[in-house]
Amino acid sequence: MSESAVTRKTAGAPTKIYWTRKRREQLAGWLFIAPEVIGMLVIAVFPLLFSLFLSLTEWNLVGGLSAIHFVGLDNFIELFRDNRFLLALKNNVLFTIGTVPVTMLLGVVLSALIHKKLYAKTFFKVAFFVPYICSTVAIAAVWQALYHPSKGPINQILMQIGLSEPPRWLVDTSFSLVAIMIIYVWQLLGYQIIIFLAGMTNIPEELYEAATIDGASGIGQFRRITLPLLGPTTFFLAITSTISSFKIFDMIKFLTDGGPNYSSTVIVYQIYEEGFERFKMGYASAMSWVLFLIIMLVTSITWMTQNRKVHY
Amino acid sequence: MTNRKFKPGNLIFTTLFALLSVFFLMPLVWMLSAASKTEKDVWTFPIQWIPKDWNLIANFKAVWMGDVAFGLFYMNSLKIALISTIATIVISAMAGYALGKLNFKGRSLIFTLMLAFMMIPEQATLVPRYIMIKELGLYDSHASLILMGMFSSYFTFLLRQFMIGIHNDMLEAAELDGAGFFRIFWSVVLPLSRPILATVGIIKFIWTWNDYQGPLIMLNSTKLYTIPLGMQFFKEEFGTQISVMMMASVAAILPLLILFLALQKQVIDGIAIGGVKG
Repeated sequence: MSESAVTRKTAGAPTKIYWTRKRREQLAGWLFIAPEVIGMLVIAVFPLLFSLFLSLTEWNLVGGLSAIHFVGLDNFIELFRDNRFLLALKNNVLFTIGTVPVTMLLGVVLSALIHKKLYAKTFFKVAFFVPYICSTVAIAAVWQALYHPSKGPINQILMQIGLSEPPRWLVDTSFSLVAIMIIYVWQLLGYQIIIFLAGMTNIPEELYEAATIDGASGIGQFRRITLPLLGPTTFFLAITSTISSFKIFDMIKFLTDGGPNYSSTVIVYQIYEEGFERFKMGYASAMSWVLFLIIMLVTSITWMTQNRKVHY
Repeated sequence: MTNRKFKPGNLIFTTLFALLSVFFLMPLVWMLSAASKTEKDVWTFPIQWIPKDWNLIANFKAVWMGDVAFGLFYMNSLKIALISTIATIVISAMAGYALGKLNFKGRSLIFTLMLAFMMIPEQATLVPRYIMIKELGLYDSHASLILMGMFSSYFTFLLRQFMIGIHNDMLEAAELDGAGFFRIFWSVVLPLSRPILATVGIIKFIWTWNDYQGPLIMLNSTKLYTIPLGMQFFKEEFGTQISVMMMASVAAILPLLILFLALQKQVIDGIAIGGVKG
């Protein structure tokens, strides 16, 4: 119909029009998409390929572009002999195992209660979401004080309840990563609750009504209706939370610089240290590619399991 | 909707949750209380939730009128966050309109690529982006951060999802009135997309305001620092003065908190849309 609009308007013009509606729409489409596509090529695609190239070289930034030496897979081979990197990799895996299931479990239970059992839902949504919008660096500063080994409120309370030697948290090699995991769970929980609540709102109320008539208990309804129908939401959160746990950096940089004795180092922190403190651009790029491959792997594994297990 | 009827059980749950959320927000309450105390009262135990000696003004002065140019960091953050937010909205809205409402060759290919771009983690491309910025002569400038923060496949995706739902009748009516594609975008699509544009704007603003990694890598001069980077600087200068540090944390958080509380529906809905559909 819009086709005819153009024809009608241009009826008096010469018969051969180059700028037909179709052609104009083609051009408009490309013009509108161009800035975003150019931007994506410049800040995502090119850097990713450039980093693949750099990962095969040895390059100390100070020497300028002419100082790039091609070394093949040496960087990757070195990575898997580098104890600090292996520790970072291990810490990342521990971090994911220690944070993702906990936030998801807490998230689903708390949001089910908020959804079904509470008055003033909006208030609780907002209350739990506040830490998520706060600057990570600012809340890291708060937790650093809370974690103070002798004077901090957390250890004061622990000593009060009879723990004579509470953990030294951020300065303790066996607790530094756990301390950061606690802050991370605290900050992320509100996000999980919001997403789960959105998923629960999409579950038809009639299902619960029918179940109530059949005499199913609240917990029974949660197990048989809420959980199964949250499949897509759970799947989405499992992927995105795992990926973001592999990108953790801000808290680590601000609170521990990966220490003490590399006990809280992670991949992105190692990329930062090798690239921006030691200026080993090739080596840092090799690490970046390992990170990228891990994230691709997580995404594809979750996709494959999703196709089998999740029913819409 | 489900809780219209009064149920005693729900009241008990609500009370329990109220206690739980107080406990949950304790770190932030502690921050507020420490920011208004003298340094020696910060550590007293049991915790003095309401300060005996108020030191709010002195701490405020130490943050805002001390040797560290906190006011300058504030202006820097505001400038970068505002410009990147506006640029992101414009670029992503244009792309969202093209992907959602215009037919052109290669559209579905570009859309697929777009989804793939979302999987490239920013952290994996830090090194090459830093090198590019250096080669362009933009290292240690706000332009570097703005340039890196302007493009977002995530927001483009959100805007496309919204715009695809705008009825074609409206666009066709505008076309019958003689509007071109730019005119339709400007006078029909953008006004109709106001709620999602607001959501994208707030979320982008919050993320940029809180960004730490970008400024850490791209900036060197103290006078260009943003607030999160300034906090690090503060920690190095005044690491032992917790009350001042907490006052700085309050200053970093407060504007976002106010913005969020005023517009919480947009923020929460936006996060939820992205989460459920994305």
